[in-house]
Amino acid sequence: MIKIKELHKKFGKNEVLKGLDLTINEGGIFAVLGPNGSGKTTLIKSILGMVIPQSGTISLNKKTIKKDWEYRKDIDYLPQIANFPNNLSVKELIKMIKDLRANNTDKDLELIELFKLGSFLDKKLGNLSGGTKQKVNLVLTFMFDSPLIILDEPTTGLDPISLIRLKDLINKEKEKGKTILLTSHIMSFVEEIADEIVFLLEGVIYFKGTTQELKTKTNQPDFEHAIASILTDSYA
Amino acid sequence: MLKILKYSFYDLMRSRWSYVYFFFYLLLGVVLLFLNNNLSKAVITLMNVIITLVPLIGTIFGVMYYYNSKEFSELLLAQPIKRTSIFIGQYLGVALSLSMSLILGLGLPFVFYGIFMSSAIWDFTLLLVTGTFLTLIFTALAFNIALSNENKIKGFGYAILLWLFLAVIYDGIFLMSLVFFEDYPLDKLSLIGTMFNPIDLSRILILLKLDISALLGYTGAVFKQFFGTNFGLIISITVLSLWVIIPTYFIKRKAERKDF
Repeated sequence: MIKIKELHKKFGKNEVLKGLDLTINEGGIFAVLGPNGSGKTTLIKSILGMVIPQSGTISLNKKTIKKDWEYRKDIDYLPQIANFPNNLSVKELIKMIKDLRANNTDKDLELIELFKLGSFLDKKLGNLSGGTKQKVNLVLTFMFDSPLIILDEPTTGLDPISLIRLKDLINKEKEKGKTILLTSHIMSFVEEIADEIVFLLEGVIYFKGTTQELKTKTNQPDFEHAIASILTDSYA
Repeated sequence: MLKILKYSFYDLMRSRWSYVYFFFYLLLGVVLLFLNNNLSKAVITLMNVIITLVPLIGTIFGVMYYYNSKEFSELLLAQPIKRTSIFIGQYLGVALSLSMSLILGLGLPFVFYGIFMSSAIWDFTLLLVTGTFLTLIFTALAFNIALSNENKIKGFGYAILLWLFLAVIYDGIFLMSLVFFEDYPLDKLSLIGTMFNPIDLSRILILLKLDISALLGYTGAVFKQFFGTNFGLIISITVLSLWVIIPTYFIKRKAERKDF
């Protein structure tokens, strides 16, 4: 369970999170939505300890994460932009991350097969296309069986067939009772996959609930328009 | 931390620049020794090269490595690894691989020349020790600069300025102040002034060890009295160590507070 209380974060003068409160229960797929610059990535990076908030507390399973780092072994994180050291090959990178996490999983083989990465294993990461890099990114994220999975824009650059495979993969992980936190701008993807929506607006939670509740609240027939109506209302 | 150090070290060992650096020293050592045939002269020339080149390479490599491995660091930050181990590990990886290029590059030709049978072995060892110290110091300073500047160009600029200041400008200011205040007793001031610049400290340490302090005139005598004794040597090594420890501590502090 993730519990966030009164989270504030400023980058210089730009106040991104303004006293955000959020509780995410165990199990299920949660989608964090919001316009560009609403603080989705900042929120995710705060949970990971990559961004250090000005004030507020974040606790994971009732343990505060401040100054801790070992809790990250229970998190699998997919970064938004797949940036890897360019002079390593795919195989070396996978081996290195396994070594660093001291986890000798063999789930990577399964994932390499799933995303058809076999022929890229010996290629240098600098020479891969954006979509292929994203697939490597997905392998690195899903190969450790952690109870919390955080995905920042997982669909970026994926072809339709890989997208279907990704959805299956996410659903399979959910069935194992894992908590999955994701952000995306593709509304059809979110509607299809998410159990609950967390809508961020101007640094606070504007709405939290199911897609059905959002439709009723905004009085819109479909999800995409429901989201759009929140945005037009807030900008008006 | 050791794992990060290992990966950074291997990463650098695979890079072309480590070899360029290594072969440069190898060539320098061979040329100086076998064409010159005078060991103490060779050591003095080497000192002049090391004193300016090692800090320059240390700063440039440090800044460059930090910016180039940014992606790698971001990948590591999401893993269950302590933040400070990531950056201290990378710092040590860079500093140790540079030191290794220096020690091996210069050491090999000297070993073949027969340094072990010569009386200059201690002068030579001191040269390598100060070279290693300078590498550790300037790489640490470079990491501090890179950690505080998101902008690459700015980071490089500050790094070059730092080197220029400590290698050239500091001496100028120091000399001018000595000339300006020549009516006053200056031995204390110049001693202290030397301590605040690791390059000067290393240079004087080596010059005195080489027993050519007579070239330095009166100041040389004061310095000889201070540095020449074992007490002076211990103090200088302590100050050089402080120059390593303090910037390393700041790397740790900066790494703990930075957003990625």
